[in-house]
Amino acid sequence: MSDIAKQNLILIGNGMAGMRTIEELLKLEPEKYNITVFGDEPYGNYNRIMLSPVLANEKTLEEVMLNDDNWYQENNIRFEKGKKVTDINRVAKKVIAEDGTELPYDKLLIATGSTSFMLPLPGADKQGVIGFRDVKDVDTMVNAALNYKKAVVIGGGLLGLEAANGLMKQGMDVTVVHIGDSLMDRQLDKDAATMLKTSLEEKGMKFLMSHASEEILGDERVTGLRFNDGSEVDADLLVMAVGIKPNFELAKSTGLHCERGIVVSDTMQTFDPNIYAIGECVQHRGQVYGLVAPLFEQAKVAANHLAELGYGRYEGTVTSTMLKVTGISLFSAGDFIGDEDTEELLFRDVASGTYKKIILRDNIIIGACLYGDTMDGTWYFQMMKDGTNISDFRDSILFGQAHLGDAGHGDETRVAAMADNAEICGCNGICKSEIVNAISEKKLFTLDDVRAHTKASASCGSCTGLVESLLAHTLGGDYSQAPSKKSLCACTELTHEEVRTGIRELHLKDHEDVRKSLNWKTDDGCAVCRQATNYYLLCENPDYNDPESRFINERAHGNIQKDGTYSVVPRMFGGMCTPKDLHAIADVAEKFKVPEMKVTGGQRIDMFGIKKEDLPLVWKDLSEAGFVSGHAYGKAMRTCKTCIGDSWCRMGTQDSTSLGIKLEELTWGSWMPHKYKLAVSGCPRNCAEATIKDFGVVCVDSGYEIHVGGNGGIKVRVTDFLIKLDTEEEVLEYCAAFSQYYREDAHYLERTAPWIERVGLDKIKAAVLDDEANRKALYERFIISQKPSQIDPWKKHADGVDENQFKSIKITAA
Amino acid sequence: MSNWLEIAALEEIPVLGSRVVETDTVNIAVFRGKENAVFAIKDQCPHKQGPLSQGIMHGDSVTCPLHNWKISLVSGEALGADEGCTNVYETKVEDGKVFLKSPTI
Ligand code: SRM
Ligand SMILES: Cc1cc2nc3c(=O)[nH]c(=O)nc-3n(C[C@H](O)[C@H](O)[C@H](O)COP(=O)(O)OP(=O)(O)OC[C@H]3O[C@@H](n4cnc5c(N)ncnc54)[C@H](O)[C@@H]3O)c2cc1C
Ligand code: SF4
Ligand code: FES
Repeated sequence: MSDIAKQNLILIGNGMAGMRTIEELLKLEPEKYNITVFGDEPYGNYNRIMLSPVLANEKTLEEVMLNDDNWYQENNIRFEKGKKVTDINRVAKKVIAEDGTELPYDKLLIATGSTSFMLPLPGADKQGVIGFRDVKDVDTMVNAALNYKKAVVIGGGLLGLEAANGLMKQGMDVTVVHIGDSLMDRQLDKDAATMLKTSLEEKGMKFLMSHASEEILGDERVTGLRFNDGSEVDADLLVMAVGIKPNFELAKSTGLHCERGIVVSDTMQTFDPNIYAIGECVQHRGQVYGLVAPLFEQAKVAANHLAELGYGRYEGTVTSTMLKVTGISLFSAGDFIGDEDTEELLFRDVASGTYKKIILRDNIIIGACLYGDTMDGTWYFQMMKDGTNISDFRDSILFGQAHLGDAGHGDETRVAAMADNAEICGCNGICKSEIVNAISEKKLFTLDDVRAHTKASASCGSCTGLVESLLAHTLGGDYSQAPSKKSLCACTELTHEEVRTGIRELHLKDHEDVRKSLNWKTDDGCAVCRQATNYYLLCENPDYNDPESRFINERAHGNIQKDGTYSVVPRMFGGMCTPKDLHAIADVAEKFKVPEMKVTGGQRIDMFGIKKEDLPLVWKDLSEAGFVSGHAYGKAMRTCKTCIGDSWCRMGTQDSTSLGIKLEELTWGSWMPHKYKLAVSGCPRNCAEATIKDFGVVCVDSGYEIHVGGNGGIKVRVTDFLIKLDTEEEVLEYCAAFSQYYREDAHYLERTAPWIERVGLDKIKAAVLDDEANRKALYERFIISQKPSQIDPWKKHADGVDENQFKSIKITAA
Repeated sequence: MSNWLEIAALEEIPVLGSRVVETDTVNIAVFRGKENAVFAIKDQCPHKQGPLSQGIMHGDSVTCPLHNWKISLVSGEALGADEGCTNVYETKVEDGKVFLKSPTI
């Protein structure tokens, strides 16, 4: 099986983090290594998290196996099952197992996890004293339940309560001993903990709070536990769930640098570059993790480097917790206690058993603790990770996403209470019952599934939150709440950021290059990633363009209509025009028998119903009359709306029209992550609606107020005030710099409004206002990017570029 | 009489792009894949008659420009969860020329 041409990779630790890395690696580079896995447990890899439901009789061991013995065989992996590695010889690059097996490695991956931390109490070695970590522990508990009655669990944390709940389900009489006066003190504040304790007591669990254990009683087997106040409790089984101990003795004994865990870099490498380590046994940037979400992210990065791709970085993870006790909903994330610089939003209804607390610093969520109603946990957690500024909906945030009226993220009413025929997706006309039925009948689990099967939220996306809530509501506990990294599309596992970084750092030149170097799963990508990648490529290299990866509107430089014809919108800088311009447009309309014309909301004229083959001819005439494309069809700079300003208006303070024209001359043609609109109003009456534009200027007597991040579309958002400037030159400079920052930072198809909400205005201020050198550099880059994009695409095509596109091949039955 | 019609030189169709062949009765979109496989499909999406020729091609399918249905260029069937089918036609490439098996024009 082993192949001498390949390198040898050895994994020590057949657990969740290590095996995830192997799976990720197989996806990237299935043929690169001869892989050997050592695991000291006598099983394949199982889902350790699910031991709690196994103990509670809700799942069987078979159901929680992730990779059985066959899997290892099918993937040509040598599996040293039940073998403990006792030594690593770094000089000879060998690992040595307990039974004497010796194997050489080129690359080594250590994922030894952790062990239960056992309190060093007298009597801790007695029979019936165990931790809660692996299948063996679960077996011990299940057997104890057959023969004994009383169980004591030390530790009122997540693990302790799950153990206690499971033992209760096995029929034992369970007492939880906790040293503090409040349960789950690492995850919950006192109020929520009290509510939790009451519901667990109602289920029959007993508690001894503020009890410090002193001695374990019994002869050979445990019979009880004595506390430091002299009191005692009977016990036939004693489970210690007071914490975990990263398992790094092996790594340490071989000389790798360890502190609280094996110290690793952002590439998951230890101090020996041939040795990687991940999982609970490592310490990364001072942090040791005990939950799977961070470990899975680490696994991706380690696999990326083992595959020698070299661009993955692990930068730490914000974690959230849920308790897996059926019937109890609890969610906590981040810092839920706060300090003097933080504010607290609190909702408590003891009667209905609901408690919600959000901790804010400068209107950004830094922690949340929910009990009873955890439906909005994911929403809060996402905003916390994104650093969303919540000041706009601070007064209603505790009522949940559902409460943000329809200008909000879309949830109008609690999904559960909605009528079956309530329309959820306005674009595709999909009502609640259709979605719920599809979820249950077709066994859908993810948002993408629902989109594929019902089209709900697949268009404008404003009902995404509602659809997610419906999923959560319909699936109950099966819906995975923790939002993980979202990949760009199904062709890749990488996020928008990762693709961009990949293109930048690896200097990728074209689509082929991106798909090869970044390990796309499909040969040609799909309509989603091709368009995004095309933008990211041209953003790095303004001359780049792959027409076949553009949406038809950008390829044909017009908006495709439902009958396959196109619309043509010539640019009218600042909305200004002359009689000659209007004559020219009228002539074109007559000559080509344009069926309909309209003055658009963007202050210019739209001609509808033009046949594709006529487009170059229409453009030729328009181009000869001095018009260029209005880009009304592109993810591009669209229009700069202006008002008449001080040239005529009695209220005008500045020449808003001429500033608008200058801004439009500066920015026209620019390809953007999404459409991009500007406006200049001559006074605060704001007739050009500058405060709902991506970049808006409101002239005042003493200068120019700059506003950014507005949106007048699906979800109306008023701009944020950026800065006040004195001169038109400054306005132009800031406009170019802001536009360029947006071009370089936003995800494809993310308008400035959601972008600013995601990254925060402060980041934009830091880049564009505070750092002058950076602003000038952004300005320069914008100007460079404009050179190729201001060669009018209409004129180019009228002059014959890509003329085949517009000509069909005619065949007649001659 | 042969019913293969010569329609264009291969280079006249862009890679991962298409040309429209107009006949008296039907418009046919002719696509060229990365390995120069040529596909011909009726230029009408089974959803709402969107012009498939204007979509983005990938692998052996095309995404319709109007509402993003994915249509197989091999079978004419809508892929994924959508249901519907449109006609496909036989093609061949010889000496750098693309031929279409004459549909009943
Ligand atoms: C023609 C026009 C309506 C009109 O008759 O006035 C129009 C027409 C379309 N708009 Fe619009 N929008 C037009 C002004 C607007 C405005 C008003 C404005 O710009 O001041 C808005 C709200 C302002 C804003 O964008 O913030 C607007 C918000 C949208 C949106 C929602 C964008 C959003 O971020 O929420 C879409 C959908 C999208 O972009 O995904 C959209 C999409 C469309 C599309 C492209 C629909 C489509 O995807 O095919 C329509 C194309 C019609 C065509 O074939 O030409 N249109 N659209 C306006 C053209 C302006 C121009 O001269 O370029
Ligand atoms: C009961 C329970 C419930 C949990 N619930 C949750 C939850 O709800 N959510 C959550 O995020 N996390 C939960 N966790 C934590 C989660 O399971 C761990 O974070 C995760 O399993 C750690 O993965 P790992 O690969 O680092 O370690 P492990 O999964 O422990 O794997 C390490 C493996 O290495 C083996 N090994 C160690 N040393 C050697 C050696 N020298 N030679 C060979 N093999 C060796 C071990 O036997 C073990 O199989 C829970 C844990 C438990 C025990
Ligand atoms: S023009 Fe705009 S508002 Fe009108 S139907 Fe089209 S997308 Fe909707
Ligand atoms: S017409 Fe093709 S997807 Fe609607």
